[in-house]
Amino acid sequence: MNIHEYQTKELFRNYGMPVPEGRMAHSANKAVSVAEQVGGDGWVVKAQIHAGGRGKAGGVQLARSLDEVQQHAEKLIGSRLVTKQTGEAGRMVNRVLVEQMQQIDKEYYLGLVIDRASQRITLIASASGGMDIEEVAAATPEQVINEVVDPAVGLQDFQCRKVAAAIGLSGKQIMKAARIMKQLYRCFRDKDALMVEINPLVTTQDGQFLALDGKMSFDGNALFRQPEIADLRDFDEEDPKEVEASGHDLNYIALDGGVGCIVNGAGLAMATMDAISLYGGRPANFLDVGGGASPEKIANAFRIVLEDPNVKVLLLNIYAGINRCDWIAEGIVKAMADQTIGVPIVVRLAGTNLEAGRKILSESGLDYIHADRLSDAAEKAVRAVNGEVV
Amino acid sequence: MSILVNKDSRVIFQGFTGQHATFHAQEAIRMGTNVVGGVTPGKGGETHIDRPVFDTVKDAVAETGADVSVVFVPPPFSADAIMEAIEAGIKVIVVITDGVPVQDMVRVKRYLIGHDAIIIGPNTAGVITPEECKVGIMPAHIYPKGRIGLVSRSGTLNYEAVEQMSELGLGISTSISIGGDPVNGCDFLTLMKQFADDPETDAVLMIGEIGGSQEVDAATWAKAHMDKPLIGFIAGATAPPGRTMGHAGAIISGESDTAQAKMRRLDELGVSVVQNAAEIGQTVLQSVNGRSNERDEAANPSCVSSV
Repeated sequence: MNIHEYQTKELFRNYGMPVPEGRMAHSANKAVSVAEQVGGDGWVVKAQIHAGGRGKAGGVQLARSLDEVQQHAEKLIGSRLVTKQTGEAGRMVNRVLVEQMQQIDKEYYLGLVIDRASQRITLIASASGGMDIEEVAAATPEQVINEVVDPAVGLQDFQCRKVAAAIGLSGKQIMKAARIMKQLYRCFRDKDALMVEINPLVTTQDGQFLALDGKMSFDGNALFRQPEIADLRDFDEEDPKEVEASGHDLNYIALDGGVGCIVNGAGLAMATMDAISLYGGRPANFLDVGGGASPEKIANAFRIVLEDPNVKVLLLNIYAGINRCDWIAEGIVKAMADQTIGVPIVVRLAGTNLEAGRKILSESGLDYIHADRLSDAAEKAVRAVNGEVV
Repeated sequence: MSILVNKDSRVIFQGFTGQHATFHAQEAIRMGTNVVGGVTPGKGGETHIDRPVFDTVKDAVAETGADVSVVFVPPPFSADAIMEAIEAGIKVIVVITDGVPVQDMVRVKRYLIGHDAIIIGPNTAGVITPEECKVGIMPAHIYPKGRIGLVSRSGTLNYEAVEQMSELGLGISTSISIGGDPVNGCDFLTLMKQFADDPETDAVLMIGEIGGSQEVDAATWAKAHMDKPLIGFIAGATAPPGRTMGHAGAIISGESDTAQAKMRRLDELGVSVVQNAAEIGQTVLQSVNGRSNERDEAANPSCVSSV
């Protein structure tokens, strides 16, 4: 789960980290009053969306006067911002963050991730701040410092000093940076984060550190014990259909092809999409109905996938383990009775109670295309999408 | 032989009296698995599906000699249950639970250091050695006994592969789903090493996914140390970058995470790479046959020259 920059900075503030003076605003008028309150003679107006690349896309504007704050905020709020991470449709900007403008001396990168190689929390730092850290790592790996944290004792001061020195800091700056690293680690650990990034962490001309930007994502599986974080979720930033699907305990991701997919298990769901692609088609979505799919769940999956106007054929591929083919078949019959389905449906069932499932389907008199295997199912779906009679 | 579990394994279930654990314990018993009891704190002394219930794993181990545990404990309490099993001396801990917080698993893996135990999962379909021991939620009847070692992330894709292989007459020595989480108890490499040493395994099928480098790490080791055919598949060639594809760990965070990049690396490392999931069984068969032909030729070179 992702949160906005202004929310991340609020968390940073709570952990004692230095962030620029500023606040979030929903309207241009509010943006001006925030600018007045934080004071100074220059401000930054930043579009708040859950996607990177805002600066290059015009989502971060400098203002030398309150009038300019007003103009920038008016232009940004209510507009769709297209960045390299949003796709062509862009993201609606519903709010901006207004902050004091800073006189920057140097830019650094500071972040924490759960590193899959070491399977531990790892601190990442670089003197090449303000750039995409993956690009820095690819071009100049020696510029990226990694420090693995032992979960038994947590991040130690000496590790922070070592990292601070490695990114070229000296004197009192080492202690200041080390302090921020410790605070960032505590925030990451306490809140069950998966990733946090300060990019850039800057030094100002008077020698202070400031987190100029902040990005944070959290473990969805830990939200049961992080109610304050769960409250920060912004549903406007998510695909409404994905939100609806998750409400039915379905895992749905919209894509842009014509073959709607309903599959059980994430691995089989991906492999089914891949197979569709190998037979020359394109999947319309990823959908994992999970284990124990009840008839209601199958019916909901049908509805969600068929709401997508691009879907020209529906492919159902279920390998029942804890699921049972007879339950799945009942779900299909229910779904097809409850709604008019204007596209061909390819059904491939396998596994537990297969015969009972097939019997239910064949006795229902429903019009569907039968497939025995994965290859068969993918091929028939692609032929059907191309208008062939299968 | 097989790996991890066999007919001599003494199995307990943690969260024993819950609905799912009960069902799957019964299924395991039906297949002939030696289920010796279970643990549900507060219900010690009771009997459940004709097996004793214990308050602690320590009691269960002391009374039954259990060495394998299947964990069905809900996510908020899973880490505690796994560490309890580790501390009590359980050797193989299979964590079925889906949704265990990642940082809990980071701590569990730290706790594991210095203990002689293997954790499979979380979010796994489990482990099965056909006709001997089933510690998981897979349908046992689709797994014929045989000589292919199978390790996958996914459960249902594992079933798919087994069906394709069994249609071609290939059976399974042991099958393991390691689960889809980014920090999981056991990686592909650990199991690859066990399969390499298992005399009942002739070839290994590894079914991975986008995200992370576990498949490549295992294949790198296999190239240097394993003299058995290795067949590989990576799911997610059509997955969009930056999205979590159902499994928390199935996410493309960089170029090397993509299915295409991982399959390319596996190919370079001498793995027989399956491009189409519908051809997994066929590829395994060709790989196994190819190897036995090579062996025949090596054992009897005169045959080759006389042809």
